[in-house]
Amino acid sequence: MTSLLQVDNLVKNFGGLTAVSDVSLHLNNNELVALIGPNGAGKTTLFNLLTGVIPATSGSIVLKGTNGTFALNDKKAYQIAKLGLSRTFQNIRLFKNLSVIDNVLIAMTSRYKEGFLSSIFRLPNYYKTEQRVTEDAKKLLALFELEDQTDVLAKNLPYGTQRRLEIVRALATKPQILFLDEPAAGMNPEETANLTQLILKVQHRFHITILLIEHDMSLVMNLAERIYVLDHGSLLAEGNPDEIKSNPKVIKAYLGEGE
Amino acid sequence: MKANFKYNIIWLIIMISGFYLMNTLILIGVINAFIENMLVTIGINIILATGLNLIIGFAGQFSLGHAGFMAIGAYATAIITQTATTPAGFYLSIVIGIVVSILVALIVGIPTLRLRGDYLAIATMGAAEIIRIIINNMKITGGAAGIFNIPQLASWPTVYTMVCVTTIIIVNFIHSRGGRAVTSVREDEIAAEAMGINVFKWKLAAFTLGAATAAVAGSLHASFLQTISPNDFGIMESISILIIVVLGGVGSITGTFVAAAVLGVLDTVLQDFGALRMVIYAAALILIMIFKPSGLLGTWELSIKRCFKRFGRKERVKQ
Amino acid sequence: MQTIFQQIINGLSLGSIYALLALGYTMVYGIIKLINFAHGDIYMLGAFWGYYVINVWHFNFISALLSAMVVGAVSGVIIEYFAYRPLRHSPRIAALITAIGVSFLLENGMSYLFSSNTRDFPQIIKQVNYNIGGVLISNIQVLILVTACILMILLQVIIKKTKMGRAMRAVSVDPDAAELVGININWTISFTFALGSALAGAAGVLIGLYYNSIDPLMGMTPGIKAFVAAVLGGIGSVPGASVGGFLIGILETFFQSIGLSAYKDAVVYFVLIVILLIMPAGIFGKNAKEKV
Repeated sequence: MTSLLQVDNLVKNFGGLTAVSDVSLHLNNNELVALIGPNGAGKTTLFNLLTGVIPATSGSIVLKGTNGTFALNDKKAYQIAKLGLSRTFQNIRLFKNLSVIDNVLIAMTSRYKEGFLSSIFRLPNYYKTEQRVTEDAKKLLALFELEDQTDVLAKNLPYGTQRRLEIVRALATKPQILFLDEPAAGMNPEETANLTQLILKVQHRFHITILLIEHDMSLVMNLAERIYVLDHGSLLAEGNPDEIKSNPKVIKAYLGEGE
Repeated sequence: MKANFKYNIIWLIIMISGFYLMNTLILIGVINAFIENMLVTIGINIILATGLNLIIGFAGQFSLGHAGFMAIGAYATAIITQTATTPAGFYLSIVIGIVVSILVALIVGIPTLRLRGDYLAIATMGAAEIIRIIINNMKITGGAAGIFNIPQLASWPTVYTMVCVTTIIIVNFIHSRGGRAVTSVREDEIAAEAMGINVFKWKLAAFTLGAATAAVAGSLHASFLQTISPNDFGIMESISILIIVVLGGVGSITGTFVAAAVLGVLDTVLQDFGALRMVIYAAALILIMIFKPSGLLGTWELSIKRCFKRFGRKERVKQ
Repeated sequence: MQTIFQQIINGLSLGSIYALLALGYTMVYGIIKLINFAHGDIYMLGAFWGYYVINVWHFNFISALLSAMVVGAVSGVIIEYFAYRPLRHSPRIAALITAIGVSFLLENGMSYLFSSNTRDFPQIIKQVNYNIGGVLISNIQVLILVTACILMILLQVIIKKTKMGRAMRAVSVDPDAAELVGININWTISFTFALGSALAGAAGVLIGLYYNSIDPLMGMTPGIKAFVAAVLGGIGSVPGASVGGFLIGILETFFQSIGLSAYKDAVVYFVLIVILLIMPAGIFGKNAKEKV
């Protein structure tokens, strides 16, 4: 079986510091994988490498998606996003001063065309396109119970809703793989439970692969089909939740770090 | 679809009635040559500041070189209409000014738009100064003395029409796919990239569109005032356009209109104060900023659609 | 060879004045991230003060210089208190426009009160030219260079060795954290303005001696040049501002000497753009990457 995303020997050095060293991993189609590890293990750096926010020092990232096979190493973040890798951020990065629907519409930008002239002179084509994409955006928002807040500015949403909107925004790019960076951070148990349902819904309804970083172990153990454990920049273990729970190296890494 | 058509018609009616209002006021002598001059200056400033507001307020790129692009348009018109003294020559010169200005905007923008914040401001200011100094030392531009006796092919209706056209283009751009992409760059470059937005491309798009409208304003300025010199397009001109944008509210086109009008009127009224004029102007500027740091209108925007909605709601409440 | 040395000497003395001004820009920017457009006009105030005290009260060079520094410092603190402090938490572009407003106010206020005529700066020190191996150096050039260097070293000592200097560095890195550890932010910012503006006041007297003419708009162009110097050196960096100032001074005199004086400013801006493209935060600036 060929995996959707194949990462081999990925390395990232910051000056003399090796943040990610020789990491190899793969993601299969429609799989829900978790990436865990103590603070400072390099999880977010790994996300940044995979989504092109920062360039890797060496190694290869290959996407075998529905549109063909692409090496992602030398691609810029926006190109990677267009190829179907989308993400959320640890510290929410919504377009704060824009409305909920604009946040979603912006993420849809590369999915549709709207000629410069037809938008400037408001040709019929412009209205048709606008209507179509706005409806698409509204449908997507409705799936996540945000349809009543389309005109609210993102910064005025409650914290949990902002996290939800960030996931919706990421989905609006029509990704094949969704990276969630600590989606449950700062949430109470009830919100976390809702989030668990939401992530499952995303996985099944959109048939996409999800890789999530999370510190909330109950959420990880409930959700993940497979888990990668990262420590000091390198992979410590891989396996299903039960294997990881009983892996002595993992237990040592966590207890040793005092988490 | 029908509703949109209705709003567009209303805007069209507003623009046409504005035109006839001015026409009538001039005919019956309420607007004399002096006021007409003031209104034309306000119009040209609106074109300049709307373009700069697109770059600063919507794309979030701090450019301090707007006067450089204005100079390109002005000199294109001045040089071309001296030999082709016809309206056709004038419009041709506008087009050439736009094309040259877009080319220069690309040459300046491709390297400098990678810079951030104040570094970008200083780099664009430097680029505009380089443009000015080159013009200052060329023969065809008349050197430091500039060009005078430029045929007056732009009258107030030309300026009025151009204000409408450039505003329509910029506002419509802002409310389209491109405009949203540009605004996302202002909000968060990293998040925009992660959503598939080619940040650099959209920065450049906003920058060149702004530069193109500045060239139009320059053409009108040259043709209406009939005299230009390189010193009209120095750092101070860029700064005074910036002042209009910030005073009106960064990110509000309506604010730009209001600020351009307020400053235009203020400037005219203060003519009587002689030397004290600039002192009062400066003090007013400082006070407005201290008491209204987000500008006169903040990011508020006049929208017929919203007016209608609000009006409609009141009607319903009454019933 | 001689002409090269000659140009270097000329460039250094012009550059030292730019450097003095650039230091004020860089310190203020470092601490409140504001391009203090009015800084060039404080230098004009310093020059006018020197003009009056020398003519009216017959001050000598040293006392004129020191009193101009005091006047510069006081006006800097007043401007910060009334115009910039209310805007400390406003959008930065609003503070920038206010700074431009203050600049206009000073330029036009001075023109209004004392007329906009250009006047001759009293030559309290007789110009003597020394010929060293074919290179002409005037005593005024030496004086400017030495004074500027002494002031810059003094500034470096204040920033690196004193408690106030440490507070300044702390506030420029993180004002909130600095406040938490008991640093009085308002005092520190006022002190920074005083220090930077004092240097501008000194530069005003020095330029008066050098160019022998002053007018209310004299601060505009050197102000912008000095800011360019600060950016070139890496804004926020004190050694950067000095290096940037000297670099621009030398560039300008060099291009003037090879007959391209019409293009000297264009060259300065061109070099600025090129340097920023290679080093986006200037020569000594730290390029802070945003954390994701």
